[in-house]
Order: sequence, then structure tokens, then C-alpha cells
Amino acid sequence: MINWYVRAGRKGPNEPIVRRRRSGNLARVTQGNLPLRAKVATQVSRTAAALSRAAGRGDGSVIGGWIGLKIDPDLLEHLAAGRAIALVSGTNGKTTTTRLTAAALGVLGPVATNSFGANMPSGHTSALAKAGSTPYAVLEVDEHYLPQVIEETRPRVIALLNLSRDQLDRAKEVAMIAQLWRTTLAKHPEIMIVANSDDPMIVWAAGNSPTVTWFSAGQRWQDDSWVCPECGSTIERQDGQWWCTGCPLRRPQPQWVVEDDGVLDPSGAWHLVRLQLPGRVNLGNAATALAVAAAFGIRPLQAVPTLSSVASVAGRYAQVDRDGRNIRLLLAKNPASWLEAFDMADNAPTLLSINSRDPDGLDTSWLFDVDFSPLRGRQILITGERAYDLAVRLEVNDVPFRHVQTFGEAIASVPPGRLEVIANYTAFQDIRAELDRVN
Amino acid sequence: MSINPEWSTPGQAAGGQSWGEPPVHGQQPPVQWQQPPVYGQQQPAYGQQPQPGYEQQPPAYGQPQQPPAYGQPQPGYGQEPGQPQPGYGQQPGYGEQQPAYGQPVAPAPGFGQQPPAAYPQGGFGPGSAPAPQQGTPSGDSVVRIVWIYPDLLSTYGDRGNMLILAKRARQRGIAVETIEVRSDQPLPSQADIYLIGGGEDGPQALAAQRLRVDGGLHRAVNQGSAVLAICAGYQLLGTSFFAKGAKCQGLELIDIYSDRGETRAVGELAGEVDPRLGLPRLTGFENHGGRTHLGPTVSPLARVSVGIGNDGQTEGAWRGKILGTYSHGPALARNPAIADLMLRWATGYDTLPPVDDTWSEALRNERFAATRPNPA
Repeated sequence: MINWYVRAGRKGPNEPIVRRRRSGNLARVTQGNLPLRAKVATQVSRTAAALSRAAGRGDGSVIGGWIGLKIDPDLLEHLAAGRAIALVSGTNGKTTTTRLTAAALGVLGPVATNSFGANMPSGHTSALAKAGSTPYAVLEVDEHYLPQVIEETRPRVIALLNLSRDQLDRAKEVAMIAQLWRTTLAKHPEIMIVANSDDPMIVWAAGNSPTVTWFSAGQRWQDDSWVCPECGSTIERQDGQWWCTGCPLRRPQPQWVVEDDGVLDPSGAWHLVRLQLPGRVNLGNAATALAVAAAFGIRPLQAVPTLSSVASVAGRYAQVDRDGRNIRLLLAKNPASWLEAFDMADNAPTLLSINSRDPDGLDTSWLFDVDFSPLRGRQILITGERAYDLAVRLEVNDVPFRHVQTFGEAIASVPPGRLEVIANYTAFQDIRAELDRVN
Repeated sequence: MSINPEWSTPGQAAGGQSWGEPPVHGQQPPVQWQQPPVYGQQQPAYGQQPQPGYEQQPPAYGQPQQPPAYGQPQPGYGQEPGQPQPGYGQQPGYGEQQPAYGQPVAPAPGFGQQPPAAYPQGGFGPGSAPAPQQGTPSGDSVVRIVWIYPDLLSTYGDRGNMLILAKRARQRGIAVETIEVRSDQPLPSQADIYLIGGGEDGPQALAAQRLRVDGGLHRAVNQGSAVLAICAGYQLLGTSFFAKGAKCQGLELIDIYSDRGETRAVGELAGEVDPRLGLPRLTGFENHGGRTHLGPTVSPLARVSVGIGNDGQTEGAWRGKILGTYSHGPALARNPAIADLMLRWATGYDTLPPVDDTWSEALRNERFAATRPNPA
């Protein structure tokens, strides 16, 4: 499917029936309605972001918002006022789901979004300041900041994807995040929740909300949800269902379900979803985006074609041709996302790269939570600052590998054709830099 | 609980610009590929260059291999099937020229009822299983490894210790059986090695409570089984520990107690191991809020040179065949000599044939080089 009618200015047969919502709020999103302090802060924020970009210091999406918030601590609240906002949070898939959701909401008009993955309040502030007066916004939110960002942006919809272990040397444990969310959401019954029925922690976190749409996006990583967050009993799983053996918590019936290479909507209609992004994981992300779009009144028929326009997300899934090799970049930050990356990667030579700088977490223990056996039989190369941790892990896992010192050595070591690259956060950025900061 | 999505469309926004913002990168200079720090010599590629003691061609991908000498089907996430793995050749001879780790272990205080059996001489390639040993506590040739409560105490890759023990046993032709016992199951008391891992406060308190009621670990320890306890699992072996602000009763298996430190200990951990254990330096990563105090009947595992450990001076504890450490998660990945010590305790062998530890040595050296010793 192509997004032909979107490109054609929505003149196709599926053109939405436009009914103008009489909402004074949406009209308020202009610079003119901002308090003076917020106006100044917005302008300075944009300038700082532009300077940062010009100086080659990154995309400016953090520094701009940071400065803006220094000038006006309420800037995010001011910039969010009057916009219809969707928040996307969870351990994995935030950035991609945010991008897909922004594509779907684009059916309605311009959408502000923090598409660089800057998912803390400074990033949100920067994204909204930069976008100007858009009536819609889709914001990816770090799990820890979700309560604060809910208070400041008053979202219409929140998508809750999954919760699993991530950067344990500094992050809160999974059950604590789930509790934090549950408490916060209980105070906001007006917010529509779109949540993953396959993750017990998510179901429990969303459980106090009166308005929940459930989607089924699967749960590959289950080792953080064997114990019921409600009562401490064991959670049993069978045939895609799960239930607590000690209390009524169990998998709710999902309204949006990934089936084959498409998505079933709540009416039972099945939509073929053609994505440029690999793997069943991204079909789940697409189902989430469709469910959020539906909460904004966008039909799947309108939204589905927009999803295929997303080719890569801040370098993730990007493909680069170099020396006859087709290099594809996959980001994997924690055990759950490594399992997902193995699912997405082709059966081809694969480079694994691990660092342990601050954004990655200093602790590499999680390597032993990942089963690397799906890589057996592929040519495996390893690199990165913590390659030796990976070496020991792969040896124990009976996965043969070779250590390379540089990305160039990796390319030279594989035959022409596909080279899959799976890397954690800063290792991924290093390789992306090697490939001219591909997006 | 569900909403009916309204199919109407809110007002279309003004402005015809597209929603996607093209990313701007300015004149970003190409960043240099991060060179991994050079830690001595470049390592030979695993399984690709002849290693000392490797008699044969290096294994190529897809090269047929000999079936492993073990052959115990392994439970637990299909990771170590007893089937031959494509492309991973079990090496005959396993680097026999390499020096063995450390010295034979002195009999531990209070133990020594295990007659140390001499290790069979020669012929430890694949296929030659060790002769049945008198000293094996379970009375047969299978080393049974129990991982206690992975549903409660498995926060930091604790599975790694079970995998590493099983791997290093099988590399010596020692049959192993690994058993994961959930907290709602009775704990068998007939195994040779018990592993108990790290966890957060709530699961730690729950695990201690269930283990006290169960009694299986106490019976096993009384029968001479070995225990490797990590972080939260280490704390709960003592008389008391703190979880969620409350003092909790421990298993009283060793004479230690734990309370809260003023700061959380997070970072690299290293230290010289008690020489009676004959082990090389300890290395690990710690992440705990507790401080542990040792009574007169246990010995510290190590003197801390990097990090905090028990109290900034000592790290871990051992008595008999019980060994506890704050080196969390897959502690054996960086300390394979401790894995071999556990296997020797379990089998009664004085020594084990060396295996190729090229990569774990590289990892250890890299970690020692990357850490700064505590100020004296």
C-alpha cells in the first residue's frame, strides 16, 4: 500500500469526512496566546537549538528545551496548552511507535513530535517550541518522567507499550515504575489509555483507568512479570493468555490484534500493514499507532497507508550501502530489545557492538539475560568497548564469533551482501557516525 | 473498559506543511569510530586461530563436530541443548598447556569430610567421562546444580552463573543437570551446588521467608552441598538483613548480618581473595544498599581494593562450601576460577583440567585496567 492519497493532498477515495471540531482550545495554540515570559523562552529555546545544530553538537533537541525551561519553568505547560497530545511510554519501542503515530496523526494536519528520541521534559519543550502552532503532538516519554509530563501536558491519549528491565544500575525496578504509573493514572480518569494486553505489568498499571483500549503486541521478554504486581502470586502463561494464580488479574481481551502481516481492528476488519520497518515487533508498534490514531478519530483505512512512509527512525533500521555491503542498523538496549532484534535481523553476517558508557548503563550483567542462540549458524563479529563481556557470553552460549577492532574491519570481514548491525545505545551512535549520521 | 473509537475527524489543521521534520545535522564533523582501548595484545579470533593446546584445525562455520561428551538434556530456555550445535566444535585437548588456576584449595574450616579424590590422569578429551567418584555428594557422576527461585532472585543476569558452571563442567566431561526451582516449588536437598542470586527488597524478603519454611537448603548444607550466593542472596544467608526499611530474619546459614549503608554501592568491585582459597583476584560489579558484618566463624572472601563490598574493607564471605559475594549477577563470567572451585567442591576433585580461558582472561585484564583502586 502506498500513501498516495496523502501525497495527493488527501483527495483520494479514502479522504476523511472533515468535521470541524468547535474547540476553542485548538485555536489557542499560537504564539500570540503565550504569556510573554513563555514567548521569550520559546524564542531563546529555538535559537539555542539552532546554534547547537550549527555547532555540530547534536540535533539541539535537549539543550534548546533545557534553556527554555530555565527561563520559564512552566514553558512545557504553556506550549502544551490547547494541543491535542498523545504520549507514548514504555521500555521498548517508544521512538518507533511515536514516529508511526505521528505519521498516522498527520492525516489530520501538522503534528509536533520529539522524533529524535529526546524523551525527557527538555526534549518535549524543544519539540513543541520548534514545531510552532500545531494542533497535535505525539511525544515519546521516558518511563520515569511520565507522571510529570502528564501533569504538564494534559494529554488526550497515552499509549503504554511494555515494561522490562533496563539499565539496572540506575533505573527503578519494573514493579516500582508500574506502581508509579498506576497511581498517576488513577488521578486522571479523563485520559484515554491505549495499552498492551500481553504485558501483565502494563495491564496492572492501566488497571485503574476507566477508558482503556487494549492492543496485543506480544511479549517476548517475560522474566520481569512472573510475579503478580497485585498480589505476589505466580503468573501462568499458555497459548498467548496469561493469568494470576492468586487474584483476578488476567489478560484482557484486546481490541487491536496483530494477525499475520496485518492488524485486526475493533470492528473485526483486518488491514494489511506494509511497513518498511522489519519484524513482527514493528507490526505491534503499528497496531499501537493505529489504536492511538483511532482515539483521535482516524480510521484505520486512513491511517494504515501513512505507516509505510516511515523508513527509519533516528538511524534505527536505516540501510546504508558501503563497499558492496548493505548495512542495516538495529538498536538493542536491553534484554527484551535484543530478543526483538534477533527476530528482525535476517539470517546474514551480523556485527554486535556493546559499550557501557553512561547512556548505556555501566553494568553489562544483562548480557546473560539474553539468549544469543538464535545467532548460531550466522557469521558473528563483535566489537565495542565491552566486546570482551560479549565474547565470554557468546562462548558460554556456544555461538562462534570473531572480534574486530574497527567498523572497517567488520565490513572487510564479511562477503558482499547484507550485514546486520545490532548495537546498544552509544555503540549504535558510534556506528551511525561512521555512516555519516544516517537517519 | 474499551472505548468505541469515534470515526469522525476533528478539524483539519491550517497550514499545508508536512508533519515530518527533516532532521538537521548542520556541519557535523564525522565522528571517529570509537577504538576500543588496547589492552595489551589483540586477541586472536575465537575459534579461528590456533590456540595453545588446540590440536586441530580451527572450527569453521558449519563444520561438522563431535557430539559433546555430556548429553544431559538441559532444561531452561533452550539455550544449552544437548544436541550438537552447528559450527561449534568441541575442542579436543582444551588448552591443556595452560597453567591451572591457583593452587589446590586448602580444606575449609569445619569441613573436609569429603575425601579429595584424585583426578583421573590423562584422557580427558570429549567422550571420556570421568570415572565415578567416591567423593561426589550425590553419590553418582552427575553434578546437580539448583538455581534457587529465579522468579524472585534473578535481577542481573544471574542465570549466567548456572550456564557457566554447566559449561565448564561439560568441558571437563563432567555430566551436569541444572534445575530451576521456583519459589512455589519445594527445594530439593540432594543437589551438589545451589545458586542464589540478586534481587530487590521485596523478593529478597519473600525468598528468605520461603526458604526458612522450606528447609531444603538447610538440609543440603548439612549434607555438604556447595552454595554460591550473590548480593541479596548473600545477605539472606546471614542472621538478619534489611529490606524495605525493616529488619528481616535470614537463614542463619553463615554468621553474618547486614544493615543499611549511608550510600548505595554501585560500580566496579575488585579485591584480593583469601589465599586459602587459592583463587586469583576477584572482579565484579556491585549494586547494593546494604553493608554486611562478619562474625568470627566466617572469613571474608576478599580484601577490597576497588569498590565497597561488605564495608569498604572486606568483600563477601565463605565458610565450608558456602561462598557469598556482592559481585553481582553473572559473577562467574569474570571469575571462572570460582566456578571451578564450586565444581571441585561438588565433585571432590583436587584439580580440574584447564580450559581455554582466553576471553575471560581478556575480560578480567580489561576490567582491572579500567578500574581505579580505592585511595589507601
